[in-house]
Amino acid sequence: MNLLELPVTTLAHLVQRGEVKAIEVAEACFARIDVTNDRVGAFLALSREETSLQAKSIDEKRARGEALGALAGVPVALKDSLVTRATVTTAGSKMLAGYVPPYDATVVARLRAADALLPGKTNMDEFAMGSSTETSAFGPCRNPWDLSRAPGGSSGGSAAAVAARMTPAALGSDTGGSIRQPAAFTGSVGVKPTYGRVSRFGLIAFASSLDQVGPFASDVRGAARVLEVIAGRDGRDATSLDIAPGRWERDCDRGASGLRIGVPEEYFAEGLDAEVEASVRQSIDQLQADGCVVVPVTLPHTRHAIATYYVLATAEASSNLARFDGVRFGARVEPSRDLRDLYGATRDHGFGAEVKRRILLGTFVLSAGHYEAYYLKAQKVRTLIARDFAEAFERCDAIVCPTAPTPAFLLGDKTGDPLSMYLSDVYTLPASLAGLPAMSVPCAPAKSGLPVGLQIVSRPLDEATMFALGAAVERHHAPRAAAL
Amino acid sequence: MSEYETVIGLEVHAQLLTHTKAFCACPATFGAAPNTQVCPTCLGLPGALPVLSARAVEFAVRTALALGCTLQKTSRFSRKNYFYPDLPKGYQISQFDEPCSEGGALSIEVPGASGARVEKVVRITRVHMEEDAGKSSHARGEDSIVDLNRSGVALVEIVGEPELSSGAEAAEYLRSLREILIFIGINDGNLEEGSFRCDANVSIRKKGAPQLGTRVELKNINSFRFVQKAIEYEALRQQAIVEGGGRIEHETRGWDEKAGRTFSMRSKETAQDYRYFPEPDLPPLVLEDAWIEQVRQAMPELPRAKRERFVSQYEITPYAAQVLTQHPQIASFFEHCARLHGDGAKAANFVQSEILGGIVTRGLEADFPISPAQLAELLGLVDAATISGKQAKEVYALIAGTPRAPADVVRERGMAQVSDAAAIDAIVAAIVLANSRQAEALRAGKASLMGFFVGQVMKETKGSANPQMVNDAIKRALGLG
Ligand SMILES: [Zn+2]
Repeated sequence: MNLLELPVTTLAHLVQRGEVKAIEVAEACFARIDVTNDRVGAFLALSREETSLQAKSIDEKRARGEALGALAGVPVALKDSLVTRATVTTAGSKMLAGYVPPYDATVVARLRAADALLPGKTNMDEFAMGSSTETSAFGPCRNPWDLSRAPGGSSGGSAAAVAARMTPAALGSDTGGSIRQPAAFTGSVGVKPTYGRVSRFGLIAFASSLDQVGPFASDVRGAARVLEVIAGRDGRDATSLDIAPGRWERDCDRGASGLRIGVPEEYFAEGLDAEVEASVRQSIDQLQADGCVVVPVTLPHTRHAIATYYVLATAEASSNLARFDGVRFGARVEPSRDLRDLYGATRDHGFGAEVKRRILLGTFVLSAGHYEAYYLKAQKVRTLIARDFAEAFERCDAIVCPTAPTPAFLLGDKTGDPLSMYLSDVYTLPASLAGLPAMSVPCAPAKSGLPVGLQIVSRPLDEATMFALGAAVERHHAPRAAAL
Repeated sequence: MSEYETVIGLEVHAQLLTHTKAFCACPATFGAAPNTQVCPTCLGLPGALPVLSARAVEFAVRTALALGCTLQKTSRFSRKNYFYPDLPKGYQISQFDEPCSEGGALSIEVPGASGARVEKVVRITRVHMEEDAGKSSHARGEDSIVDLNRSGVALVEIVGEPELSSGAEAAEYLRSLREILIFIGINDGNLEEGSFRCDANVSIRKKGAPQLGTRVELKNINSFRFVQKAIEYEALRQQAIVEGGGRIEHETRGWDEKAGRTFSMRSKETAQDYRYFPEPDLPPLVLEDAWIEQVRQAMPELPRAKRERFVSQYEITPYAAQVLTQHPQIASFFEHCARLHGDGAKAANFVQSEILGGIVTRGLEADFPISPAQLAELLGLVDAATISGKQAKEVYALIAGTPRAPADVVRERGMAQVSDAAAIDAIVAAIVLANSRQAEALRAGKASLMGFFVGQVMKETKGSANPQMVNDAIKRALGLG
């Protein structure tokens, strides 16, 4: 039995019953990482000793007769933008090379409390800015399905870890598609919850009004289990909602019959790969056959989503990244005794090209004389995009569409052309701007075998419908692991 | 008379006396070892987030209500972006375009045309919340050092309209404002430690001119006297420039107390762009009516209202009321004692003449040499004629700084006046008998001999006889009056 091929819920069950020891899972996990990670580059840092200690303490806990948590012995990889006490946390940036935070992110603490194992930190685009994990300062992550291809991004390392079954689950963060797009590229399940569902405390911010932590898992039920553990009010995040997590794992068994699924015409337009379209339409037909009602809907402001997103996200990022100044932590380059030189040299050295591009863009859109034309205008468009969804949801219970316009692209294919890279998030940005729950679930793969993701977007806080539909899609397309 | 007038607007930053900082649970107390009252949030560590302190909101609302501001049901925090080593996040969380309150007023007393003091109402533009930065010092040679204990401490900024016309008025405005903040318990009014800070915008214009001149910002002046002097100096400096055909530069200036002049700190001609935008980490601040009403109900009495009440309720002079309300703890000590004793005027007199000099205040706290109960008891002994007013002062000197009861001291020291009429009559009778010649002369009209008899009685009683009773007893014994 390959423990890491087991779904999250099965593995947890076996550990809870004592049929598998947490330490066995931990050993299997690192054994798997040891034979695959060199090729994939999913992990930036591993916590072997800590994980093994934790596994032993879980086994001892069980030996004492205590009940184990919902993720007992389940290895969950952590995106490196989640701070972890005593483990280097870099957010994929040279700026934070070697930085060890003094505290755990709330989601990390909740995973620990649920007896999950936390084997390491995963590769990502620098400060989550990118869609391919190629802007990581520590080398790219590769797609386990085809090592010449990108795993998507920015949470590419977490997606790849799950796709290669180094861990059955992982956490990522999604600002404009950074969980869903890599989930689609790697054939894993990726969930971006409603904005405010999951605490951001301890998530190194990219764009605060959009960032949301969410799970990757090898199956829908596993993602639901992990989300149930990490969701819920956190007094340390003022934007976290005071709403208890749902019973989403149960929703996976609900079936999709009777649900009205909205198919937005704007998402099946120019630029959509024919195989991706065919695959997504096939799943829509399957859902219809399962008893869903297919409703055509329109989201007319979708075409403004990229521009809106890149104004708002970069504006917030320009401010969020100001703290990386070389004064208190992280990289410091001091060419002279002058303060401005310290700032300039540190930030020039510490940040990569894409991060600098976005800081400059964000600084520009917030500056006097441009604020109204860019930032304020973008806020208004954001409201219109949210209204599009609200109107669509009067006619349907969830929206179903492609997660990304193409399957995984080749490494290096888009790095020279930021705009074409930005376009790979065209279908995921709108739900982010509207703060809606959305997930990517694998549908039929392309002829090449590359995974294709189907995106489900539901009403605010209605993760229940999203999981019910996701599980229904999954019933026609059993989870596949990348062969490595 | 100068043809110019000075126009001054004051911006005051007051640290709120909340136990914690504005956006984290770190203690906000002054004086701890550098960088010991810090956490990921106020250090601006990656991933940390702000959570607004409810107490800070309450204190800001209290301030706004005390200054008659209109509270905004929904307000918002913004980020003010700039780089500085004592600003860990690279931005300050402040309220910008949607402050929590607007449009109040502060009334101050200024010298009128006739020399009498008249009331002047200065409008308050807004009161809003923000966080403090850390503290940089440049003491160690080339290095700068930063203490982030103050980083994130809750402040209110009180922005006044440019309606003050002299350094003296500005100082008076600050005194009145400081007094209010202290009385409502939100600030300790400590200028030296920087918990109450003032920036003054100073400009001059031809009298009656409708437009304001170019303003100069005087930064961080840490005493009322300096504020007055700095503004007076600055007005004259600007006047000299204008009269010399020059142009006032828009700049920030500091005050050099030794040299007695202002000096340029930095030019504002190239205005810094703070790139304000709404703080995405904090939802809008919504004030519920019921909650505002609760804060209003719990609002401590303002100093002016207290003075007026003291005058009418305790029948003391406005001057005494002024003296007794110089600190909220003194006012409360007086009032406590007045209530226990029953006669406010007597309590007021004793507090002013004897106790005031022995009170030590530290911020909102104060140490008193005796308790209100001790003082009330002491005044009661005078009322009962057990001791004289003069003796009360001696007793006070003996019990100050101790928890001793005045009556015990009086007993121990045998200070009680003999007020037993029979005892005094007996002593008087004996003295009249022994001095029959003088008694006869007094009876015959030699009034100056009264003093002789009183003296004899006092001698006999070692000064403890009640003088009024002695007088009466002598007259009675001699059949006078
Ligand atoms: Zn703190």
